[in-house]
Amino acid sequence: MTLLPAQPTPKKLGLVIDLDVCVGCHACVVSCKEWNTGGYGSALSDQDPYGAEVSGAWLNRVHTFEVIPEGAEIVGEAGEARIVHFPKSCLHCEDAPCVTVCPTGASYKRAEDGIVLVDENMCIGCGLCAWACPYGAREMDLAAGVMKKCTLCIDRIYNETIDEVDRVPSCVRTCPANARHYGDLADPSSAVSIMVAERGGMDLMPEQETLPVNKYLPPRPRKPLADSAHRLPLAETTDGAKGFFAWLDGVLDRI
Amino acid sequence: MNSTSRVALSEPVGDEVRKTTCYMCACRCGINVHIKDGKIRYIEGNRDHPVNRGVLCAKGSAGIMQHYAPARLRAPLKRVGPRGSGEFQEISWDEALGIATGWLDGVRQSDPKKLAFFTGRDQSQSLTGFWAQQFGTPNYAAHGGFCSVNMAAAGIMTIGGAFWEFGAPDWDRTKLFIMFGVAEDHDSNPLKMGIAKVKKNGARFVSVNPVRTGYSAVADNWIGIRPGTDGLLILAVVHELLKARKIDVDYLMRYSNAPWLVVDAPGTAEHGLFARDVEGRELVFETVTERIVPRGTVGARPALSGRYMLGDGRFAVPSFQLLAEKYLHTKYAPEAVAGEIGVAVDVIRGLAAEIARVAFDEAIYIDQPWTDMNGERHESFVGRPVSFHAMRGLSAHSNGFQTARALHMLQVLIGAVDCPGAFRFEPPYPKPVEAHPTPHGKAEHFGSNKPLSGPHLGFPRGPEDLLIDADGKPTRLDKAFSWDAPVSVHGLMHMVISNAHAGDPYPIDVLFLYMANMAWNSSMNTAGVIKMLEDKDPETGEYRIPKIIYSDAYASEMVAYADLVLPDTTYLERHDCISMLDRPISEPDAVQDAIRWPVVEPDRDVRGFQTVLLDLGARLKLPGFVDHRGRALYSDYADYIVRHERRPGIGPLAGFRGPNGDRVGRGAANPDQLKRYIENGSFFSAHIPLEAQFFKHANKAYHDFAVRMGFFDTPQPVTFQLYQETLQKFRLSAEGLREPVAPETHRKRILDTFDPLPFWYRPFEEEIVDRQTYPYHAITQRPAAMYHSWGSMNAWLRQIHTKNPLYVPGPICDELGLVDGDWVFLTSHHGRIKVEIARMEAVNSSTIWTWNAIGKREGAWALDRDSPEARKGFLMNHLINELLPPKGDGMRWSNSDPITGQAAWYDLRVRIEKAEPAELSEPRFAPVSEPGRPAKKPNELRYGQEWAK
Repeated sequence: MTLLPAQPTPKKLGLVIDLDVCVGCHACVVSCKEWNTGGYGSALSDQDPYGAEVSGAWLNRVHTFEVIPEGAEIVGEAGEARIVHFPKSCLHCEDAPCVTVCPTGASYKRAEDGIVLVDENMCIGCGLCAWACPYGAREMDLAAGVMKKCTLCIDRIYNETIDEVDRVPSCVRTCPANARHYGDLADPSSAVSIMVAERGGMDLMPEQETLPVNKYLPPRPRKPLADSAHRLPLAETTDGAKGFFAWLDGVLDRI
Repeated sequence: MNSTSRVALSEPVGDEVRKTTCYMCACRCGINVHIKDGKIRYIEGNRDHPVNRGVLCAKGSAGIMQHYAPARLRAPLKRVGPRGSGEFQEISWDEALGIATGWLDGVRQSDPKKLAFFTGRDQSQSLTGFWAQQFGTPNYAAHGGFCSVNMAAAGIMTIGGAFWEFGAPDWDRTKLFIMFGVAEDHDSNPLKMGIAKVKKNGARFVSVNPVRTGYSAVADNWIGIRPGTDGLLILAVVHELLKARKIDVDYLMRYSNAPWLVVDAPGTAEHGLFARDVEGRELVFETVTERIVPRGTVGARPALSGRYMLGDGRFAVPSFQLLAEKYLHTKYAPEAVAGEIGVAVDVIRGLAAEIARVAFDEAIYIDQPWTDMNGERHESFVGRPVSFHAMRGLSAHSNGFQTARALHMLQVLIGAVDCPGAFRFEPPYPKPVEAHPTPHGKAEHFGSNKPLSGPHLGFPRGPEDLLIDADGKPTRLDKAFSWDAPVSVHGLMHMVISNAHAGDPYPIDVLFLYMANMAWNSSMNTAGVIKMLEDKDPETGEYRIPKIIYSDAYASEMVAYADLVLPDTTYLERHDCISMLDRPISEPDAVQDAIRWPVVEPDRDVRGFQTVLLDLGARLKLPGFVDHRGRALYSDYADYIVRHERRPGIGPLAGFRGPNGDRVGRGAANPDQLKRYIENGSFFSAHIPLEAQFFKHANKAYHDFAVRMGFFDTPQPVTFQLYQETLQKFRLSAEGLREPVAPETHRKRILDTFDPLPFWYRPFEEEIVDRQTYPYHAITQRPAAMYHSWGSMNAWLRQIHTKNPLYVPGPICDELGLVDGDWVFLTSHHGRIKVEIARMEAVNSSTIWTWNAIGKREGAWALDRDSPEARKGFLMNHLINELLPPKGDGMRWSNSDPITGQAAWYDLRVRIEKAEPAELSEPRFAPVSEPGRPAKKPNELRYGQEWAK
């Protein structure tokens, strides 16, 4: 049993992920892997990397769902089916069950900024935290035998050896679609908090009462094309091209 | 507990940052390669780079695994087992280059056309083309013929530039962005950045695509069109716009050939051609003075309709009259086409309405005076903020050229080419067809021991420029620029192996390929192509294609079919130039090019292919590669990049020219040029003055700029060719009215498809096969994480896509009782595959599809033989033939667009049947051995563990 810091932490650093523009390209997934395999803690290992049972430890994955929302647009003939690309990593919950379940104190939530980390020196690889996390956001590194998770690139965001503009998580810096944003969600005036307020940012699985720091922005409303069909001006009375050419002559006279 | 003490927060990333250009796909982003202890620690996007502005895709970040992949070749290889076995002996470079020189020199002395040199994923075409020209073979092209030549040819012939990487939507200003047939594209990061901007700005994004993946997933509106019918949708939109009078008449009059008079004299050799004066200038009817005058006459107000008598008594009509009459016909009404394209009438009409509203009710103005090519001053740039992008979904059909033409026509009709908010050209485009060469490769263009008399690839102005002999037979191996595919401006790489095997039009001696997986996913009819590569002439015991030289960095399937393998470096070990002579990285507002340089040294006996090509050129003593004493002109590719001049003062790179490195575009070679590029992040950017940034086709300031930069020696304005006279010339030849006369066999095909105004016809395969027997379409896409990548064996990327299911629309699953994980037979007129399925709803209900190029041959790419890519992964290629089924005219036509020869990958028709459960996809192929010494393959990767803190 590990204690959480006093709530709330003065800063709540986290991610805001915009599902309106995520195209599922996996840029964030691989950038995360390459930063973190050489960064905080042990490498993110890959087992059987060129073989049949290839697998590895990743701190961020994109899941793709097909959904048919109620009352949505009907476009083309394929009905309402939509594809949602859903990136998922640790949500740095305020009430993090992965921390309280940890028997050694390896899992902890930082008091100053709310980042949830694993101290690999103390981790015994028991896996209880992964069971406790309702989001499946932790992955065991099979080579090191320790639990790996998103660190919010803690070795980037406070890293004084890199340019200030680059002191953001690797996934945020690399996202080509600008679907990932990083900031302090405890500060209502931060860009991410404003974004969440304006776009109706949501908690993932709020019924779990984990109070995730990360937020998801839902897709913006979409207007069916068919609604515009009536806006096209009616053709002037004409059979084919004759009336058109009369109109054209009029236009040319005015140019 | 004080948690801060538990983490090292401020460790330097690496020892050094080296900035170069990515090559994990064709996007060519700037990258910062962080080096630590001599190894690659981290690759990130370069924030200063104009292409990617700091971002980087999954492929780019996986560059580490690409560089350290066990699939990398280690040394030159000589085949010792039979072709296809993968049995090779490692040899020295001296021996390898000696063998290659011997083979090639023999060919060059005796009959240079017996070398066919084709390149795949080549970013150095200005060198490879130059080398082939100096060698003297007519048989050279890159892979555009099986990629997207329809898009390139239609774009250049219609508006003087294509989508591709020759232009881009005005992402910041556009209010309606419409994308056709794009799952992913060359401009992969700019597209993602752009779409995000469009959505942030509240603009509408419409995606027309049978499959709703990637970009289509975030589109405001997805039009799940039936494959091959995009042209009909576009023409229905044109019909609606004409009916609603929502066209930009002023723009058409000024910038297109709408007013040009077309001779109406049926049965004569000039029918349908433009009326011209004695000086060859096209004529228009001037409405104030009621006289016929040359186009461009100052102050003229040309007619766009009517019928006028020419000086010689013949009649002519403005081409726009023909255009309007054609598309106002009710056969293009939404009601008439909705069934064929599978899109509701209201959706078609709604699309037209949104285009009309945004183009005309939401026009934007940039207050910047400018002067057009006629000397007329304009107070501002008028923007019609409707932008388009299109690619393979349109072009990989046998009606793709006309479909792409239709889309460009739509852009011009609403005045939305190179204006604020629309599609904008990237220098050196726009460029009129007249500024492109004609093709070279006729018998008189080549011969023993001499260079080809001009560039291989170009734009025929009419049948007189075809590369055919007196009997009308092709002079090129791939039959490019013949009656089979007259405007095949990128060649027909997909026909090279089958034609060489058949000895039709003639046998060859050496097939030389670079980075093209022709024995696998880059060929139609893969099993057939493999047989052709293995086939021997029983009389001589020789392979039908006697000698194959192949260069690749990795153990791709093609390696096993080479007799001599020249191992390439990775993109991090080499020099390259992304050149203004080829396909630069310009943006609409800036002229840009870039380099690569060795940010790490090779740890094995490999050499950059371009350096090897220069070496071969010197050994063969090709002009341009040796001096008058026969000594090599260039020590390596880096040396060539700096010192080669194509025209005086014009070299591969535009930046940092001149002795002081302060000249742009034109200037003497600068020995420090590469150093300057490296200091600048490996790219160069020169901004276009604001006055020259729009209406580049007709903007005087732009053309002055282009001449200064050395794109042209004189201004080259473009008049948009809505009516395409070149196509009409071919029709006249097919009618027997114009020399050279088309052969009887080809006349109907040309008359049916070479309409000078864009139109739609059913793709050939669908037209020929029985639609009941093969009721569905089958297509492929490449996933964003592997698009245009040479690395689906990459240890990280393959965890994202380890195998490819066949995605089957829900209604078909319901009908056949199929659920995820079931196995099916998918059958075409040509072949049958057995594969595992997954159900999908967000797809056109008659379209079955899969991800391309994930399936691997057992033993290739240094993957274990039991890897999912080899066991369950598969290619759709086995169902596609390079030839169409017979249709009773005694001919076997190429499965290509009849105008450009573009491979019609997406014309495929199939049927689907449930199969017994299985573990292995079919067809199966014998495993290939790993070439050379087996790679050391780790059972586990812990990349970066030595840096663990």
